[in-house]
Amino acid sequence: MNVLQTMLILAAAFLAVFAEASFQLPRHLFGAQVDVLPALMIYAALNTNTVTVSLLAALGGLWFDALSANPLGVSILPLFAVGFPICLRRDLILRELPFAQVVLGATASAVVPALCILLLLTGGHGPLLGWGSIWQWLVMTAGGALATPIIFALFDWCQHALGYQPQTETSFRPDREIRRGRQ
Amino acid sequence: MLRKKHYLALGAVTLVTVLLLSLPSHATSRLKLGIGGLFLPLFGAVNAVRQLPDRAADTLLPRSELLKEIESLRRENQEVKVRQQQNDATARENDQLRALVGWQQQQPWKLKLARVIMRDPANWWRTVQIDLGKRDGLVENLPVLTSDGLIGRVSSVGLTRSQVVLLGDPSCRVSARVVNPAHDLGVIGPGGPLDNSLVDLAYLSGNANLKSGQGVVTSGEGGIFPAGISVGQIVDSRQAEFGLYTEARVKPSANLGALDQVWVLLNPQPN
Repeated sequence: MNVLQTMLILAAAFLAVFAEASFQLPRHLFGAQVDVLPALMIYAALNTNTVTVSLLAALGGLWFDALSANPLGVSILPLFAVGFPICLRRDLILRELPFAQVVLGATASAVVPALCILLLLTGGHGPLLGWGSIWQWLVMTAGGALATPIIFALFDWCQHALGYQPQTETSFRPDREIRRGRQ
Repeated sequence: MLRKKHYLALGAVTLVTVLLLSLPSHATSRLKLGIGGLFLPLFGAVNAVRQLPDRAADTLLPRSELLKEIESLRRENQEVKVRQQQNDATARENDQLRALVGWQQQQPWKLKLARVIMRDPANWWRTVQIDLGKRDGLVENLPVLTSDGLIGRVSSVGLTRSQVVLLGDPSCRVSARVVNPAHDLGVIGPGGPLDNSLVDLAYLSGNANLKSGQGVVTSGEGGIFPAGISVGQIVDSRQAEFGLYTEARVKPSANLGALDQVWVLLNPQPN
């Protein structure tokens, strides 16, 4: 983990929120907009530290709410509630497996909007809900599940291309070399 | 186990959230517009890219085609001018009659064209943002419409952009009148979350005689929308609350899913 990775994650969150507000293809095709922030949170929770997770929750939530009719700050806690426990228990998760990534992405994408709605209803706001919301929730879950392995692959590629690679040590040591023959 | 760093992160995020949620509404809306302003360069870039194909098509269009279009527009313009003369005469007659009866004179609408720059990324609200703000004379609660009909009202205003709540959003209620002999009154409220091509018209009288295809216009009640703006057409109706009132589904005149340019009514005069 380095600062570059944190900056890349935050930049991706910024672009993701912009894309969700600007491009309407998923909404026209499936009737719901897919949210990529939970999938990004999964990547951040499994590969970075608590500071990055907190920054992503705070800034990602703020950016999302700023472009939405949500009360400002309502998306921060749901994102953090998904990222924080995963960050604490990430040693127990097989993060390299695409199946694990898909399951975590689906869970996060299902939990975040549900918690958002819960917070909105608790705060006395009346979001647009109905039977169609179940379909929208399923689309968001499936979209997040698909997006998670793609995000992992993308960030691994970025890390490989932009970050410093650890120098591999060989078992060969010149001071232990057995020199044959007489000199 | 939770370490000190984790406790700090948890505390900081919770504190930020609680602080933000407890801010007064005017501070929140200012903060929102400020943070949203960070995205403006990106929206500008996307708009420029979207206009590129149109500009390319304009340069590639043959001159004869353009001349034909100019001629057609000129003819249409002349026709509109003739109709305008007739409308002016009707308006003068209307003003005279209003003066005789002692009613308030009607002002001509002052409209301002705006471009829709983004839609709400959350699935549980129906709002858009437009590229007009305080510096263009916008204030809250101005009606927003297209040439087809009403689409909503301005809900918050920044310096250069504003948020518009669309018909079908829970916070956009419109007093509407059915164009039928009884002039049944109702309230346009939220529709389903999935289908933005239908909104609900509720609280019509229990014996309202509604037929599919009947028009729905704003009634002028409520203090925001002037009377007579087209809202949509009745699709079907049903009795609600054991026949206490009638509910109808209305297909909005404007296509709320494909908004590009909208008009903001700067001098609404509700009845």
